[in-house]
Formats: sequence, structure tokens, C-alpha cells
Amino acid sequence: MADRGRVSAYRALLAAQVRAQTQYRFSFWLDAVSSSVVSLLDIVAVLVLFRATPALGGFSVAQCLLIASLCNVAFSLADAVVGNIDTMRQYIRTGRLDSILLRPMGVLPQLVFGDFAPRRLGRVLQSGLVLAATLAWIDPQWTVGRVVLVLAAPLAGAVIFASVFVAGSTVAFWFVESGEFANAFTYGGRDFTLYPISLYPGWFRKVFAYGLGFAFVAYYPALALLGVPDPLGAPAALAWCSPLVAVPAVLAAALVWRVGVRHYRSTGS
Amino acid sequence: MGIDVPWPRPGTFRTSLALAGAGFRRWATYRQAMLAGAFTNTIFGFLRCSVMLAVAGGAGGVAAGYRGPQLVTYVWVGQGLLAVVQLWGWTELADRVRTGDVQSDLLRPIHPVLTYLTADLGRAGFAMCTRFAAPLVVGALAFQLYVPHRLATYPLALVSVFAATVVSFGVRYLVNLTSFWLLDIRGVLVAWLLCANVLTGLYFPLAFLPGWLQPILWYGTPFPSILQAPVDVLVERGTAAHQLSIVAVQLGWAAAVLALSVLVQRRAERRLVVQGG
Repeated sequence: MADRGRVSAYRALLAAQVRAQTQYRFSFWLDAVSSSVVSLLDIVAVLVLFRATPALGGFSVAQCLLIASLCNVAFSLADAVVGNIDTMRQYIRTGRLDSILLRPMGVLPQLVFGDFAPRRLGRVLQSGLVLAATLAWIDPQWTVGRVVLVLAAPLAGAVIFASVFVAGSTVAFWFVESGEFANAFTYGGRDFTLYPISLYPGWFRKVFAYGLGFAFVAYYPALALLGVPDPLGAPAALAWCSPLVAVPAVLAAALVWRVGVRHYRSTGS
Repeated sequence: MGIDVPWPRPGTFRTSLALAGAGFRRWATYRQAMLAGAFTNTIFGFLRCSVMLAVAGGAGGVAAGYRGPQLVTYVWVGQGLLAVVQLWGWTELADRVRTGDVQSDLLRPIHPVLTYLTADLGRAGFAMCTRFAAPLVVGALAFQLYVPHRLATYPLALVSVFAATVVSFGVRYLVNLTSFWLLDIRGVLVAWLLCANVLTGLYFPLAFLPGWLQPILWYGTPFPSILQAPVDVLVERGTAAHQLSIVAVQLGWAAAVLALSVLVQRRAERRLVVQGG
């Protein structure tokens, strides 16, 4: 019974947000249109770079597009669900988190639903269409394995991105004025994932690709879909390891989040 | 009305200096946020720099007229500059319109455009010392930066950065002024972000775009003047005359957006809704 009440409370929060944002109609539509263009930009950027060069890190334009569009689906999914978490630093700085902690609801869902942007759902749809178009262009030889991979990889990738979002937001528990710090790993992680990891310098690649798991969002699954060996020499089996990276990522993020909430002391404002 | 004329008032200059100083000191107090921002710019510097070097490598050393070290400098200077010109998000004026606080801006003896401009220049000055310098130092340590050969490039680059800040301020101010009509400017902000990311040259050098598009962007929109211009001046792309023409275009845009800001401000004041409270 308590659960049903909770669900309807979240639904009310969500509905209030949608209503509030559609109040100013011109602003809402401009937002919706611009947002879907913004999320296409990463793809456009890849195409523009290929105007200046025939190959990027040893990959052709179609191959790079596959990596970028896999990244885009995973990121837009994660962004739609928990992307709002980066407003948490404002909640902490202004002390508004206090009122959220007082309510008998989860802190994370309140933050997520409390500033939900309907436009984010459009991005998921749009990135899915781009991925489908890219796959139609490349036309990989479809096997059961590849079908499973193309469905599972974006989900696992979304979980990895979402974990980084949540873990990154907790920095504000310790450094109140943490500003854009988490962006280095959330949006930075997306930018890293957009391109073949073979073009990054060694230590930097190690941190982002393996330390944070971003290589498993798009790069390794794309290699398997393309049937191309890794120029860095990694075994082909890594394409299937995305879920194995996603699970510990969630556990780590959950742990950091709990420690953060426990550690929270109000700013007193 | 006297307040419609922004410049020639006795004492305005001294007050403006004080406002700029206050802008500088205000931002100097957010030290944690400044460090976090510089850190993030640096990470993005590594990301973009790797991609650009891969582009230059794939293109056989020269991509759209930029050699490797020029692209490296393009990336690191761009990362530093985006905090100086405050490429993303500035909603202070819009917030004041929404809450009604903006009415007190109109009571001051200095024109609001000038007040906000001088405070913004103070902020930009602080950003030059911190947010601009930090990624550049890291970039210089980790990569081979392009060092300007012509002595005149240095003062010209300073003028260019100043003009870029003014153009950026003008556009941001106009974006904020729309709140007098729209109240909620979320949509306008996202549209601005779109232009800021692509048309200013942050995502990729604008020279990578098709040739016919470039004069349209440079002369028809203020966006290249905000980021691509100072970077091109600094990496000495083209001749000295080309550098001068870039700065001239920037100064033209600076004058245009400021004039437009004053004009729209006057119209906006007639629309002012004081929401009470």
C-alpha cells in the first residue's frame, strides 16, 4: 500500500514538471527543437572532421559513425533517466537538499523526477533512428550474436553512463562548490566514447577506457559488429564484456551515493 | 531620459572601473568552482587534442590549413577561452526579470548595459588569470604548442580576446533580454547553446566547414567572433592582413551587439512586468 502511494507521489512530481514546462509554449517548442538538433551535433561533428581527413585513428567514416551512434544511444538513455542528477550540486549549495531529505521518499528519485525534461525522451528516439540508419549503411552480416549485441550494448552502456552520472554528482557532498567537476567524466566520458579509443594517448586511454569502463560502451561492441580486429590488439571477446563492466559500475555508484548521503551536512543556508 | 545614453556621464568611468573590480573579486571568491572548471577544461583539452591530432595525422599533417601544433593550440586556447568569454550559461539578468529584482537595475544612474558589461569584463579578467592560464600550462607541458612568430600577434590577440568577450556579452545579454517577453527562456538558452557549441568553432575549427558557408558565418553571425577569431589570431592562420581583418570584423560585431542591446533594453523596459513580492 505504501508503495502505491509512493508511485503516485512520483507521478504527481513528474506531471507537475511537464505541466510547468509546457506553460510557456514558445519556449517549450524552441527547447524541444533545439534539443533534438543539439543531440545530433555529435554525429555532425564526426562528419565534419571527416571533411578534413579520410581516416581517424585508422577507422573510416562509416566505422566511426557506428561508434558514435552506439555512444549516442547509450548516453541519451542514461541522460533521460538520471541526467538531471547534475543539478544536485545546486540543491546542496542552496540547502534545498534538506527539504528533499525530510520527505518520506527516496532522494535519488525525487531529484530525477523533480526536474524532468520531456525533451530528453525525444533524444532517445532520435539517437535510435541514427543508429538504425548507420547500421543500414554498414549492413553487417547479421548473426544472432550480433543482434543480441546491438540490443544489449546500448543498455549496458547506458548503465555505465548512469553510474558515472550518479557517482559524479556525489562529489558535491564533499566539495560544495564543485562546479563542473563531474562534467569531466559524464560529458567528457561521452566525448571519449564518441571516437575510436585508439586515437587517445596511452595513460589517458587507460583511465577513461578501462578505469571508467567507457571502452565497453561503444568501441568494443562496434568492433564486433564490424568484424574488425582491435588495432590495439585486445581479444575479440571484450565485445561481450559490457554487462560485466556495467554491474560493478552500478554497485560502485550505489556505494558512493550512500556514503555521500550519510556524509551530508547541510550548508546551513 | 538621461539613462538612455550609456556613455558620456561624469563619473561613469570611475564607477565602471569599480564595477569591473567588483566583478573580478566576486568570481575570485568561488575558488573551488574555479578549480573544478579548470580541471574539466583540461580533461576536455586532452580529449579534443587527441582527436585533432588524429585528424591532422589522417590528413597527412595539415588539416584545412592548420598544422598539428596549430591545432593543438587551437584546442587548448579554446578550452581556456570558453570560460573567459563565458560561452555557456549566464542567466543572471533573466533570473532578475523573473523575480522582479530587475526593477532596481533601472533605478541606478548608470545604464544597465554598461553596468552588466563592466562587471562581465571584470569577471573575464579574473578568468584570464585562472581559467585561461591553467589549461594552457597543462597543454604546453603535455603537447607541442604553436608559438606565434610575429611580435604584433600578442597585442592583437589581447584586443581580439577583449572584443570576443564584448561580443559574447552582447549576445548573452540579448538572450537574457528575451525573458522580458517570454519569462521562461529555457528554449532560447538551448538554442544559444547550440550556436555556441558549433558556430563559434568550439567543436571543430570552422575552416573544416564547406567554403561557401564560412563568409556567411563570419559576416552574417556574431558567433565566429566569439571563439574562432581570437584563436585564429593567436595561431597566425593566414597573413598579418588576414589577422587584422578578423579583429576588424570582431570590433564591428561588438559595436553592433552593444547597440542592439541598448535598443532592445529600451523596448524591454516598456514591457517590464513587476511581479511584486
